Formats: sequence, C-alpha cells, structure tokens
Amino acid sequence: MHKQVSIGPLLSVQGLYTWFELRRWGFGRAGVVRAVDGVSLTVEPGEAIAVVGESGCGKSTLARAILGLVPPTRGEIVFAGQPLDPRGGRRLQWYRAQVGFIQQDPYGALPPFMDVRRILGEPLAIQKIGDKQERETRVREALEEVKLTPVEDFLPKFPHMLSGGQQQRVVIARAIILRPRLLIADEPVSMLDASVRVEVLELLRSLQQAHKLSLVYITHDLSTVRHFAERVLVMYAGKIVENAPVGELLRNPLHPYTQALLAAIPDPDPENAKSLREVPVGEPPSLLNPPSGCRFHPRCPFAIKNLCEREEPPELESAKGHLVACWLHRDVMGAVP
Amino acid sequence: MAGLALVVVLVVVAVGAVIAIPYDEAIQLWRGGEAIWIETPRNALPGWVNVLPGVNLPETIALRASQRVTGTVPEQSGGVRAAALAVSFDYQYDDFPSEVALFFEAAFEQRQPLASVSWLMPDGRRVSLGEQTVGASTRYVVSQDQRLSQRLGGLPPEMGLFTDQRIDPPQAGPVLKGRYELAVDGLLFEEKSDLGVKLVVYGKVHGVAGTDHRRRDLAVALLWGTPIALAFGLLAAVGSSVTTLAIAAVGVWYGGWIDAAIQRVTEVNAILPALPILILVTTFYSRSLWVILAVVILLNIFSLGIKFYRAFFLQVRESPYIEAARAYGAGSRRIIVRYMIPRVLPLLAPGFVTAIPSFVFLETSLAFLGLGDPSLPTWGKILNDAYQNGALYKGYYYWVLQPSALLMLTGLSFAMVGFALDRVLNPRLRLQ
Amino acid sequence: MIEDSLLRIEDLRLHYRTSSGLVQAVDGVSFGLGRAQAMAVIGESGCGKTSLARAILRLLPRNVATCSGRVFLDGTDIMALDEERFRREVRWVKMSLVAQAAMNSLNPVLKVGDQVMEPMMRGHGVTKEAALERAREVFHLVGIPVEFLQRYAFELSGGMRQRAVIAMAMVLRPAVVILDEPTSALDVLTQANIMNALKRIKAEQDMSFLLITHDIGAASEVADMVAVMYAGQLVEVGAASRFYGQPLHPYAQKLMASVSRLRDEKRPEFIPGQPPSLIGPPAGCRFAPRCPFRMARCEEEPPLLEQEDGRRVKCWLYA
Repeated sequence: MHKQVSIGPLLSVQGLYTWFELRRWGFGRAGVVRAVDGVSLTVEPGEAIAVVGESGCGKSTLARAILGLVPPTRGEIVFAGQPLDPRGGRRLQWYRAQVGFIQQDPYGALPPFMDVRRILGEPLAIQKIGDKQERETRVREALEEVKLTPVEDFLPKFPHMLSGGQQQRVVIARAIILRPRLLIADEPVSMLDASVRVEVLELLRSLQQAHKLSLVYITHDLSTVRHFAERVLVMYAGKIVENAPVGELLRNPLHPYTQALLAAIPDPDPENAKSLREVPVGEPPSLLNPPSGCRFHPRCPFAIKNLCEREEPPELESAKGHLVACWLHRDVMGAVP
Repeated sequence: MAGLALVVVLVVVAVGAVIAIPYDEAIQLWRGGEAIWIETPRNALPGWVNVLPGVNLPETIALRASQRVTGTVPEQSGGVRAAALAVSFDYQYDDFPSEVALFFEAAFEQRQPLASVSWLMPDGRRVSLGEQTVGASTRYVVSQDQRLSQRLGGLPPEMGLFTDQRIDPPQAGPVLKGRYELAVDGLLFEEKSDLGVKLVVYGKVHGVAGTDHRRRDLAVALLWGTPIALAFGLLAAVGSSVTTLAIAAVGVWYGGWIDAAIQRVTEVNAILPALPILILVTTFYSRSLWVILAVVILLNIFSLGIKFYRAFFLQVRESPYIEAARAYGAGSRRIIVRYMIPRVLPLLAPGFVTAIPSFVFLETSLAFLGLGDPSLPTWGKILNDAYQNGALYKGYYYWVLQPSALLMLTGLSFAMVGFALDRVLNPRLRLQ
Repeated sequence: MIEDSLLRIEDLRLHYRTSSGLVQAVDGVSFGLGRAQAMAVIGESGCGKTSLARAILRLLPRNVATCSGRVFLDGTDIMALDEERFRREVRWVKMSLVAQAAMNSLNPVLKVGDQVMEPMMRGHGVTKEAALERAREVFHLVGIPVEFLQRYAFELSGGMRQRAVIAMAMVLRPAVVILDEPTSALDVLTQANIMNALKRIKAEQDMSFLLITHDIGAASEVADMVAVMYAGQLVEVGAASRFYGQPLHPYAQKLMASVSRLRDEKRPEFIPGQPPSLIGPPAGCRFAPRCPFRMARCEEEPPLLEQEDGRRVKCWLYA
C-alpha cells in the first residue's frame, strides 16, 4: 500500500526540547514551561511504541512536536531520513500526509457541523488527492477499514449521532485516510467506556499490523500496553526515564517511577481492599520549576543522597535495548553516548 | 412561529410591491406632482374608515360629462354651435366633499369656446357657477371661487353647493342628499371645435391608506417603503454581521499584533457616535441611500460584536478538531472559513435577524430628520412629510400612525423570529 | 441479610421526561449496604448509575416523570420525608455525595477552606471555630496539608481538588458517602493515593461508601460488595471476594474479560454490540441481544435470583 523504508528508523527524535514561555501581563517573562526537556527516541517502520506518563509529564506536547504542531525549541525531528522543518512549505504538507493523528476526545476531534462523509473527505481535499470519484471511494474504504458498516448508514451521520466508540473510529478513519506511515495516538481510549476500549485498541492494532504502520501510542494506562505496543517509554516531567521492550519492562522495571506506576495499578482483585497500596507521596512536579538533578528525587524511595538531587542521570543501557535514566544503575552498566 | 409568519407577510408585501409597481413607475408616482395626482383628494383618510359604524365620508366622484347635445343657436351667424353637457350623480354621504373642480377640455383653432355652468341640486334649486372661456385644458376649481362663496352666503362652495340653503342665514347644515346635476351650456365658434368637461367631487377618503398633502396615495409610499426598508435593513445587517464575524475570526486565528490592532480599532469605533456622523455625511456630502448604506456598514463593521465573537472564537480555536485539521494539513484560510466560522454561525443568526429592524429604524430616523433620500418613498419620508405639514396638529393621525404601525410590525416580527431562532439554535437557553 | 442494613434500597425507580421520550434511568433497583461497608456499583456510561446516586439523595432534575421506591436509612424511609426535613436531617448530614467531576465544580472565587466549612455553618448552625476545627480534621483524613484551607481551587492539583471535595462530603460525619466516579479523571498514582485514603477512612471512621464507577480494578480497591448495573437495572449483587473470583452474570463476565490487566498475560476481549437505550428499553432480559448464552426464556425478564452463597443474579441461567 505504500513504500517501505528499508533502512533506518522511520522517526527519529533527537534531543528534543520544547519550552513554552510564560508571559506575565502580556509583557515580561514569568518563566519557562519545559514541557519536553531533552527527549530522544526512535520508531522503526512497523513498530508500535507506547509513551506512558501521567498528565503534566509533557507527553501530549511530545506528540504535538512530532506532528509539527508546535515548533521545537531545540533539537530535531527526522522522518524517513529528512529533518522536519516546522516553518511550513510543501515539505510540511507532505509530512502531514505521512503522519496521522488520533486524539483523546472523540467528540471534540470531529467538527460537529460536518457529516462523516465531509469529515473524511477534508484531508483528501486539502492534500488535493484524486478527483471527486476517487475521494468518495477512499472515504468508503476508510469506513470499511474501521468497521463502520454498512458504510451507507454512516456517511450522512453527524458526530452527535454516533456513540463514543463510533466517533473514535471515525477519528481513526480520518487518521489513516491519507495512508500515512506513522500514527500518533494521544490517549485514544481514555474517554471511552471500559468495554469499548478494547475494541478500539484492537482495531488500532490490527490496522497498524495490516498496513505495517508505525504507531506512537500515548497513554497513562500501563495496563493497556502489553498487547498494543512492542516497546514502552516512560516519561516523567518532560524526560524519558525508561525505555524497554514491553515484556521486559513489565517483568523487570528498573526505574523507581516505573516501579511505582506498576505498583499503583489495581487489577481487579478483591485482595486489594485488604491493604494499602504503596505509592510514592507527593505530586508530579511542575514543568515550570522542576526539581534539580533527577526530577523524581523528591518522591523516590531510593534516592541517593548528594547524587540524585544534584545531578541528572544520563541514559544508561542495561540489557540489550533496555534504557533507564537512574543513578541506581550507574555501576552496573555503561552510559549511552 | 408567529414572528415568522409576520416576516413572511412583510416579505410578500415587499415583493408584491416591487412587482405591482415597477421601480421607475414608483419613483415617478412619488415625485410626480399635481399632474399625476390631480384627481386624488388632499390629506384624505384611508378608505376603510367608512367601514366603521356611523362613518360615511365621501369618496371621490370623478365623472365625465355624458350627454351631449349639439344644436345650433339660431341668432348667431358663422356657424356657432351650442353644446349642452351634463353630468349627474347621486350624493348619499354624510359629509361634504373636500373640494370640487371642473376640468374642461376644448379643441379649437383660434376662438376658445365659451362655457356657462350651472349646478342643479336635489331640491330643485339651480345655482349658476358663471361663464368662462375654455382653453385646451382648463381647470376651474369651484371650491376656490370666492365670488361663488359669497353668493352662497359666505359658505365655502364645496359646502354651499351641497347643503340646504333654505335656512336663513345659510349655514353648513346637514348634507343634502340626492341627485345632483352639473349642466354646461357651451358655445362653439368653429367648425371643428369641441368641448368636454370632467367633474371631480373630491372625497374625504381615498384608497387603502389615504393621501398626503401632495395628493399622493399613501399606499404607494407605504407599499414601496416595505421593500426599501427591508432591503436596507437586510443589506446593512448582512454586510456588517458577516464582515464582523470574519474580522473576529481572522484576529483570533492569527493572534499577535493583528488581533491587538483589531481590538484597538474596535474600541475606538465603539466611541464614535453613529447618528451624528450620519447626519454630517448626509448634510454635507450626499443623501443617496447607497451612501447612507455604505456609511452605516462601515461604522458597524468594527462594532463591539467583534469582542463577542472573539470570545467564542477563542474557545473554538482550542477545539481538538481544529488541531486535527492542522495535523492533516489545513491552511489558515481553510480553517478560518470552513472550521471556525461555521461553528459560530448559529450564534450569529439571531443577532443578525434582530439587527435588521434596528437598521431599518436608523434609516427611518434619518429620513424623519429630513436627511434621507428625498426621491425615495420610504416610511421615514412619510413621517417627515407628516411632521413638516403639522399632521398631528391638523388631526391627520392616519398619516403618522400608518408608517409607525408598519415600523412596529417590522420590528416586532423580526424580533420574534430572532428570539425563536435563538431558542432553537442555542439550546443552552432552552428551559429544561 | 438485606433487612438490617444501614442503607436499604427497595425498588428504586427514576424516570425522566426528555424531548426524545421517557428515559428509564433507574428501573427497579434494590440492594442493601451495611455499616462501615463499601459497595461498588459498576457500570458503563448510560447504564443509569449517576441517576441512581441522584435518586438516593433526592437531587432530582426538573424533568422528572417518576421517582418511586423506598430508601431506608437506619430504618427510616427517607423518601417519605418532606423536602425541608430531608434537607435538614439527611442530605449531607447522614448521606452525602461526591459528584462526578466535582473537583471541577469548586467555586473559583472562594477559598477551599471556606467551601468546606460552608455546609456546616450555613445549614447546621456550627460556629466558625468549630467548623474550622472540623475542616482541619477532614483535610487530615483525606491527606491534604491543612495550609491548603487558605488556598483557592486553582492552586490545587487535580488529585488535591478531588480530595478536597471528598473532605467536603464528610464534614458532617455522614453515615454513607456516595462517590460517583471519584478517580476516573485522575492519574494512576493519584488514584492509588485517594483509594488509600478511602481505605483508611473506611477502617477508622466507621463510614460506609457507595462507590459508583466503570473501573472494575479501582472498585476492587475498596469494595466489600459489588453490584453490577446494566441498562438501568442491577444484574448482579454480591460479595466482592466472590464476585471477582467468579462473576456470574454474562455481562459481568464479559466486563471482567474486557479489562486490560497488568499482571495477566491474557488478552482482553471486547463485548460486541451496544447497551440498549434507556428510552423504551427492550422487553425481557436487557442484555439478551448481546449475550452468548441467550435462551428462549430470556424473552421474559428474569428477576434477581438469590444464590446459595448469598449473591443475587438477574439471569435465567441461575434459576
């Protein structure tokens, strides 16, 4: 269905910093929100990675930076070997067709005054693809791919006539209609019902595998990553703190924050009610004034005095492919350049 | 719903007026002076007042002389012929006519025919109205004949000729009802001379809406005022609303100095007084309706509505679907036109509808002050004429009430539609 | 067992009139909640669980068509009380509610402390000093540092705001606190913290909780009893220990299977179809159209059938 890139990662984010200036009274600077503070990651063609973090950790900003919706303050985003220039032009238009975006709020993501046919037709019209006939065909194809059938029934419907799950499928259809190579899904199911979540995630996964798409799946729910991603990146306060294949991360979490996240998630088990859960106290830090040194140190049960609060740990590699930014592992492995 | 019906009625009237009386004709009728309106009474009440019990005001009676007997006058030589013309009519009204006039038409080469006029009343009395030579087209206004008035005991002829004169001293007693006849004995001095006469007994009512001081049928002005009012209101409302919306959208989307500049212009514009500026323009520059329309629109583009729309656009701009549109490559223009404005249009509609009558009133105000377009028959102009001619003082209430009623109707109907639209399109206002 | 409960609900019904028809949001719900017990009412959006919370507290909207049934609190039928008495004696005093997204409805122009103290001082004549003292107590209970009483809502994080709202609900020492989706908008760590707080409160304060949520996992953190709600009705009620091990009702089973688990390799399965509309729900068992075990008998609506272990299931499979 599309050309494959055979060498090198499809997406490479290198040393990305995305800072926002806070203005006070429209004039002076009140500070800088460091939403993304030095993130590097790669996504291979056909690979699904999950970026996990709590709200306020910068993951949504990361998504938008990858999409070219916010310009980087520093660093680069390289797609299929070409650096991304967010200032615009034809390259950006081309890029936009290569990356599909699935948002969190399915109802908000769809213009309420357009019917499904128009919603799906818009990207095609903007990218000037085909003529009217071809576009109609592609719209129908997209609806069939997301299993909104019979297609005839859904084409004239407006967003408010659809259920949450159906709306999200339209969003997915819209994201794939330009035949992108990369999908960015920002919390795609967190606003959906429990029983619908699985459906939508399964759909996303099957589409990804069928078309060999790369997927960046952003979520706060670690329990969903096992079946829907190959690799997990854990983000905290604008930085990536751990990066490992999914099975490895769930079996052997190295970073204390990852461990805390895993410990905090309740599986349905009545035993849960019998004891308190061990969770780190406190709140995720403000991106305006992050703690010095390792950002997690104020809440970390294993913080090393005089080290963790002073210096930021580099990304260290343990077993193959398992990266962690934590001083606890400083002796065991070598630093990643 | 009722409002909608009213609006529809107004629109139908407007369209009907335009179709029934083409524009040029309407202007002509309006401008046209005595020549066109000569057979309508001055300041007549609307015809329907006669429906009211106890009211029986005369309508205008205009008749051409019917009989004609031509014979020869024996004594004269040179082919002088005599012509006898008579007009008769039945008068059953309770009130006197407002005027009486005779219109002679004569055909001749050199010598003008001579006409001797007499008036026959139902009780058999005959009043002589004198003799006169008649030109090609002569008007003899009987009711302004002072000598006749004296002969009738000081009564104005239109009363004196219709009342019972046996009462002494003569007074404007009850109207004598019955058959009246006007007799004209004419002398024609040439072979081919000819004489014709038309009697017009001017009533006190006319048409659907009465007449004004220049004898013009007010129905024309009222009818034609409808499309003008509606068109003005509509154009002004559309021109300003849509532009305001677009400006707000552009400002919000591009942000930065563009937004700031627009806000500053809006604030300055808010302080500018609209009516005085319009007065200045119409006094010193031009009173053409198009100029007025243009100035009105210009003054309203940067109205405070911009701030109102801006608030909504700011919200809309943050919507996820706008972000999604950027992500699949939509450019600024497309986003503004196809993604932001449609979202806000439902908000626009009620305000737009209720703005229409306010523009109509604005135009009316200007016209009332005498600064409107003088060649156009608008409601404001009617009011202006009424005011200038002391309508209320003289008791011509209909002259003022009719255009006012239409104005109120317009305002009411549009307001109702506007509120109804608001309830439909903005469900937040709906009661649970 | 149901008879000597602290809170006993009998055949509660709540129907609304809307422009699309009669919404039968709560359609005959009965259950009992004991002292210092927590019951989780599990259901998805559109099953009527929020209406259930409203109905119990008589916080009814204007377009109510029917509100019937009995709610016994400590033996008294509070549905029979007039509005004034209910307001004075029951609402917030004996029973309170933490509404869905309540953390977003904090008054932005009042200090948080003032909002916590308000119900005490306004409706129930508590002095300012006593109210302040109690406010400090409840903040301590939920785990917010007391200095935050002087802050405004926007200065608190999401987790703190939710805790503040929970504190407000407990301020008059109610016997029952109803929480509607208390943690669904919050992060995992914050959620765990709040659940810890609830666990502690339940143990120390002799308070009962009615926890309404769609999150089966979060429910298991505090629940002693579980009730599953579907299309306005309860389809399964029973002890949590039994429920989680072996849910009986097919819907409950499917719901359990559809949840992604962290510690389990099993792939979650989704439930095909959609829940029925609450306007004109179908006759018979409302889950039948989606049920893999559907029988002919399911065209007749099953009652809640009591099982040997005390659980009740609304399903002909267990007759």
